[in-house]
Amino acid sequence: MGEFQVEDKKKQTIIPIGPYHPLQEEAEYFKLYVEGEKVTKLDIELGYQHRGIEKLCETRHFDQVVFLVERICGICSCSHPFAHVNAVEDLCGVDVPIRAKYIRCIIAELERLHSHLLWLGLAGHFLGYNTVWMWAWKYREPVLDICEFITGNRNHYAMFKIGGVRQDIDNNDIPQINKMCDDLIPALDMFKGAVMDDPVIHARTKGVGILTKQEAIDYCVVGPTARASGVDIDVRRDDPCAAYPLVDWKVIVTPNGDVFDKVVVRVLEMYESVKIIKGCLEGLKKEPKGEIDAKVKSFPPGEGIGHYEAPRGEVFHYVLSDGANRPARYKVRAPSYMNIPSNQVACTRGTISDAAITLAAVDPCYCCTERSAVLDEKTNKKIFGWEDLLRLSQEKTERIKKRIPLNPPFVPTEPTSVKGEY
Amino acid sequence: MNILFNYLIFPGFIFTAVAGLFASYVDRKVTARVQWRKGPPLLQPLYDFVKLLGKETMVPVGASKTTFLLAPVFALTSIVIVSTIVWNTLLSPGKTFLGDLIVTVYLLTIPSIMIILSGFASKNPLASIGASREMKLILSYELPYLFAILVPIIKSNSIRLGEIVQYQWTEGPFIGSVSGIIAVIVMVLCTQAKLGLVPFDMAEAEQEIIAGPFIEYSGPPLGIFKLTKWSMLFVVPSLTVLLFFPALNFWGNILGYVILLVVVVLIRNTNPRVRIDQAVRFFWTWVTLLSLISVVLASYGL
Repeated sequence: MGEFQVEDKKKQTIIPIGPYHPLQEEAEYFKLYVEGEKVTKLDIELGYQHRGIEKLCETRHFDQVVFLVERICGICSCSHPFAHVNAVEDLCGVDVPIRAKYIRCIIAELERLHSHLLWLGLAGHFLGYNTVWMWAWKYREPVLDICEFITGNRNHYAMFKIGGVRQDIDNNDIPQINKMCDDLIPALDMFKGAVMDDPVIHARTKGVGILTKQEAIDYCVVGPTARASGVDIDVRRDDPCAAYPLVDWKVIVTPNGDVFDKVVVRVLEMYESVKIIKGCLEGLKKEPKGEIDAKVKSFPPGEGIGHYEAPRGEVFHYVLSDGANRPARYKVRAPSYMNIPSNQVACTRGTISDAAITLAAVDPCYCCTERSAVLDEKTNKKIFGWEDLLRLSQEKTERIKKRIPLNPPFVPTEPTSVKGEY
Repeated sequence: MNILFNYLIFPGFIFTAVAGLFASYVDRKVTARVQWRKGPPLLQPLYDFVKLLGKETMVPVGASKTTFLLAPVFALTSIVIVSTIVWNTLLSPGKTFLGDLIVTVYLLTIPSIMIILSGFASKNPLASIGASREMKLILSYELPYLFAILVPIIKSNSIRLGEIVQYQWTEGPFIGSVSGIIAVIVMVLCTQAKLGLVPFDMAEAEQEIIAGPFIEYSGPPLGIFKLTKWSMLFVVPSLTVLLFFPALNFWGNILGYVILLVVVVLIRNTNPRVRIDQAVRFFWTWVTLLSLISVVLASYGL
């Protein structure tokens, strides 16, 4: 990056955003081809942090996979298990108790709330509006407090279980959760006013990074990115799962497809989330205590499909079972994988400043998106498979061990305290 | 001897540096409090500067070495001279000191020009974008800035800083008049751009071009650039104090400065960054119009 990167034929300057850049919380590489300040082309390079989750899933039994997919993303840490249990329940054909359905919805909507607040803060940061950033994250804390109150954890909740949920919500706690949700409304009102009425924010976001309805359909974008472009899709309504049909809420759709509309969709969706949570808490009061698990005993051979509306859009999980206690094949498609390519059209209509906020406006989550394949450039053939990569990493570990000798050498010792216990 | 003391210790280099470090601390602390954070300790800017002095100096391959390394030094020198002129005048305007407004205004643009030069010298695409943005920004804010400065000149009928201050001591500060108020508003907006603070910090927009012209800087040169920035945070509002509401003693002037500083920090914390084309349009239409109105009003004695 020390000198101009100029392609010989086209003589175009490339502005690199990534692989490591303050705009991104994770590693990803966007090449902006620019003429002056104007962006003419965008190139996206994935594959900086592939972790092989799908392959790992095939080595864990079904109940462990729930915890594994929870760690695909730190922010959608409930949407992935949600899609996973949907897929496995589709495979087994079990019906989940209604109480568990309500609890699932509550956790999922709390996650949507904190995810949207996180995005709102980041969007402010990317516009250079650090006060919005800090304030949004400050008001995200009460949401995380509710999560901690219900599940014991702030982010990885470990609530989902095939056939139900792991923990019940005590009916005596419902009034307090209700009150905590009510306390969120003034904060949301404040953000609605601060962000949606600020003339400078209007100047920076209105008409910027437009993705038209047709383009949104062409690029198959999902979630708030699609709904901001006027595409009326939402898995929670279109293919109802859990308790969503049982409570009253609506899908937010805006027509313009610019960054401002994406802000509006997310801000208004937060109100809907609070509404869903309160509706679920009402429903929870009527359900009998303790019925939170359908007690799945075995997994038949076959395949199952599960999807769920994550904060960023539809997350899709596919499971293939051969009758063993672990999936024979597991496949995940996270929403950012559909949303990020749409930047190719949305970014090429503005300047570098516009590109920065447009790239962020789809709420990209990179590690969900990662795919990795090593190709030979000439023959276009795959070079490395799973075993090759494993071998390579083991060799590298050996090399590092030689270079950095452990001092004193590591000798595994037997644990002394548990001797004789078993 | 007296001159050396003036330039190096008070109110020159040492005083400017200390005041700049303190201004930077106030900026960071107020920003932190506005953003629900705790904020740094009092000496944090000093720690940052001393740490940078101890770091390695890297010069990118293919960069123009002399320009790259000298630019921060020139920037700091010019801002120290401005500070000496401004604060000497504020403290004892009667002294026959070689300082008129034109020299001050010229010297005040040198840091920005040095930032442009350093950006182009470092041979980094992001730095060049930052430098070109800084250049467009200078072109946009210099005109209204000069118009606003015309107001005290017209009112006091002098371009000597000392006479401007003495005139206000006898006739009352210029901020008391309609044209003065408008000119101060213009000055504050231009200060924001001159200091490279939000909403006009696009030249070093962290989230777009990663600090722009400063991206290749490290170690002492970066430290000197930082010190220049902090000193400017002290000197540029001081000039506004001098031109529009000088107090009779040192602490009065400091009070006026602190009020301006808080205004600058609050503007910086309640706005997002605008695009460079929006900034140019804003300065060439609204701000220039305002400054012209103030000049016209001033020439009618309002």
